[in-house]
Amino acid sequence: MPDTAAPARAKPRLRPGDRVFSGSALAAGTLILAILAGVAAFLIIESVPVVTTDPKDINILDGQPFWSYVAPLVFGTLWSSAIALLMAVPVSIGIALFISHYAPRRLAQGLGYIIDLLAAVPSVVFGLWGGNVLAPAIQPLYSWLTEHLGWIPLFAGPASGTGRTILTASIVLAVMVLPIITALCREVFLQTPVLHEEAALALGATRWEMIRTAVLPFGRPGIISASMLGLGRALGETMAVAMVLSSSGGITLALLTSSNPGTIAANIALRFAEAFGTNINLLIATGLILFAITLVVNMIARWIIGRRREFSGAN
Amino acid sequence: MAASTSAASGTNIYAAGLLGKRTPWFVLAGCLAASFVLFWLLQAGTPGATLNVAGAIIVGAIFYPLAIYTISLLVEGARKAKDRLVTALVYGAFLLALAPLITLLSTVVANGLARFDLEFFTYSMRSIVGAGGGFVHAMVGTLLMTLTATVISVPIGLMTSVYLVEYGRGPLARAITFFVDVMTGIPSIVAGLFAYSIFALLFGPGTKLGIAGAISLTVLMIPVVVRSSEDMLKLVPNELREASYALGVPKWLTILKVVLPTSIAGIMTGVILAIARIIGETAPLLVAAGFTNNLNYDMLNGRMQSLPVAVYYQYVSPGVDVQAYLDRAWAGALTLILIVMLLNIIARLIARYFAPKSGR
Amino acid sequence: MSKRIEVRDLDVYYGKFKAVEGITLNIEPRSVTAFIGPSGCGKSTFIRTLNRMHEVIPGAWVDGEVLIDGSNLYEAGVDPVLVRRQVGMVFQRPNPFPTMSIRENVLAGVKLNNKRLSKSDADDLVERSLKGANLWNEVKDRLEKPGSGISGGQQQRLCIARAIAVQPDVLLMDEPCSALDPISTLAIEDLIEELKTEYTIVIVTHNMQQASRVSDRTAFFNIAGTGQPGKLIEYDDTSTIFSNPSEQSTEDYVSGKFG
Repeated sequence: MPDTAAPARAKPRLRPGDRVFSGSALAAGTLILAILAGVAAFLIIESVPVVTTDPKDINILDGQPFWSYVAPLVFGTLWSSAIALLMAVPVSIGIALFISHYAPRRLAQGLGYIIDLLAAVPSVVFGLWGGNVLAPAIQPLYSWLTEHLGWIPLFAGPASGTGRTILTASIVLAVMVLPIITALCREVFLQTPVLHEEAALALGATRWEMIRTAVLPFGRPGIISASMLGLGRALGETMAVAMVLSSSGGITLALLTSSNPGTIAANIALRFAEAFGTNINLLIATGLILFAITLVVNMIARWIIGRRREFSGAN
Repeated sequence: MAASTSAASGTNIYAAGLLGKRTPWFVLAGCLAASFVLFWLLQAGTPGATLNVAGAIIVGAIFYPLAIYTISLLVEGARKAKDRLVTALVYGAFLLALAPLITLLSTVVANGLARFDLEFFTYSMRSIVGAGGGFVHAMVGTLLMTLTATVISVPIGLMTSVYLVEYGRGPLARAITFFVDVMTGIPSIVAGLFAYSIFALLFGPGTKLGIAGAISLTVLMIPVVVRSSEDMLKLVPNELREASYALGVPKWLTILKVVLPTSIAGIMTGVILAIARIIGETAPLLVAAGFTNNLNYDMLNGRMQSLPVAVYYQYVSPGVDVQAYLDRAWAGALTLILIVMLLNIIARLIARYFAPKSGR
Repeated sequence: MSKRIEVRDLDVYYGKFKAVEGITLNIEPRSVTAFIGPSGCGKSTFIRTLNRMHEVIPGAWVDGEVLIDGSNLYEAGVDPVLVRRQVGMVFQRPNPFPTMSIRENVLAGVKLNNKRLSKSDADDLVERSLKGANLWNEVKDRLEKPGSGISGGQQQRLCIARAIAVQPDVLLMDEPCSALDPISTLAIEDLIEELKTEYTIVIVTHNMQQASRVSDRTAFFNIAGTGQPGKLIEYDDTSTIFSNPSEQSTEDYVSGKFG
């Protein structure tokens, strides 16, 4: 009897308190959507003058077209983040395994906190450390590398005298994304079904064989999405790069020389204070591009996490 | 009986062909010793050279996995050798991550103490050239902007998480969840550009205000608050909600008086960790709030300095006496780290002591 | 205080799935009525419709009438919140509020509804309710201790005290002893016997001995198979159900042949 069913399903009368409370909860949620839409809208509005203005009137551009100004920055952003990820991911997996499967049980949580401390250090302090401590300390290694391995394009000379190269910036970025990737991997590794682990151990597997057969396959989507989130963070990191890297523009694969491509975020931070007129619009336009890049990276990461949730139902 | 005889004769078949428990430590010591000898030999020719201790330790640490793998391969076979190699690498990864943490903290403390004095906490940088001066203007700015951001973000974030957990069904809730995740990934400098753009459109280009800085921080803080509060609200057992409904308590009072009090410790922990995260943000404030050497209490008028931005400016634009500027930067970094650590400790203490005592 | 419940041709749905079909029964005031039946037969679902607690589960809805002393709970404009103040409920697992003391737990129903209560009235109510739940002597010295700090059986009696503190007409109990040990179970059963003089009590139980011990009337529910709706098979005096049921499936169930 569908016609009698309808009134039975009708919403019960709402009390005023309920209406106010659920209304404000809904308003708060909608406001978040509005803020995000606002971020996109305001950046787009402020970017429009870049398209409409003659490049010759934007003096940062120095007469070149917009895209040839942005290209090296986009390259520098992606390149520095990629190198950072290449260093951070294996180490993060190692640390996560150490905490989840190697360290003594009683120490594991405390050791986890120590790694989390790295995430708590403000980026400006990382910048200070990278520029004043790491760069001078690592410069001799760069000289040695260009001298002895200079035939590899990555290590082509001449080595930078200050050590403030894109590799140094990437090392700092790697240290900064390390705790993010570690935390997620650790969580995934700890969720490995104990049954699978015990099955492997009962077959006489060594600890590494157990990890290879039970833990890593289970954690693979987690590792991938953690890496993507780390990448998102590295792409948008501003201060550490601005304070460590001495950039001169131009696209080059050489890691150790003094001519390095800049990154979008660092470029904005370095130029914004002195920028005026349409130069500001130009910088905002590059920010919009950075926003789009990180958006894509993060959405891919979330998509992988979401897919894993569907599959983990079977476990 | 059987056990004692086999132990006595030393032929326990389960222990045969394995390295002793202490062998890895001996191998490690051997590797380090070999490395030090190598470094000493290499430098013996150069007069006056000091031994490169850090380099020797690093090279020794690189030797160790190779050595233990080879030894284990010869004694225990390939499978066990691989296991030992991976164990060495996993421990190595952890120690490797400790290296930057330790050098970072030690240099910040060592360099920061030089100017960590009363003047630093009582003077601004107004008309200071060279040595002297302090960061009180930056601390005031950080405090005001962080506080404003917190006051705006916590109600919005908390109510949103209430919506998602208690009310949200269907496409809108899914959209909010998705876009909160997206918001988590907004680069901080983009948040700064957003706040700048709003005020540039309203009051003309170049407007940089404390409130703009606070808004950029809000954009960064809201998703963190939503996420952590949502997790905490989900932890409240449904049985408590049902118990309350069965007593004839309306939904809003159930949320207000049963659900929120049960999860308040977790929510507070999340909020404090969110504050700890945004208090060190530099880029958005650089863009939206600008920078100044003067004390400014007015969020709505004029630029406002913050601690991280002050550190940055001391570093990038030092005056004649470079060391004075660097000393101030390090002292500012030390202050920042202390604040962040303190917030983290408070958050952990709240989580530990006020955690709901589970009945079962 | 005690009221009569009439259920007329009630169906319960979860979304499109019909969980319970065609229930019609009358429950007399000042009696204990037990619902028995195999798992998944819809007895817990059905008991929740007697105070509209099924609405807490997303997608659940009913078709039919439930009359308490003649007023239909499912008439348009009925406030479920007011219904639940008249029809109290005790759950499977004891669920005292962890943030509240024993005293606050008893007063929760009153306080959470923003009613003001003088100190002496509150003290009276706490004592009366706890005495009503046979818990007063055990906790009177630690009323300010957290409600989650006492044993499981005590927690369940605290939940009963909390339910009777709002002075309902009917008390619904959804397997109140399933998480308790035998001694605590006995204490609750004794309590039910006493409460029956003042309240209409409906209890869902998996334990047939318990049904035969505490109830005056028993309703047997069953399902034909998975995916089929649960139905009321037989409803009669408890002694009849257990000694001389008219349906074969009832006899099979109470004699332990299935379920």
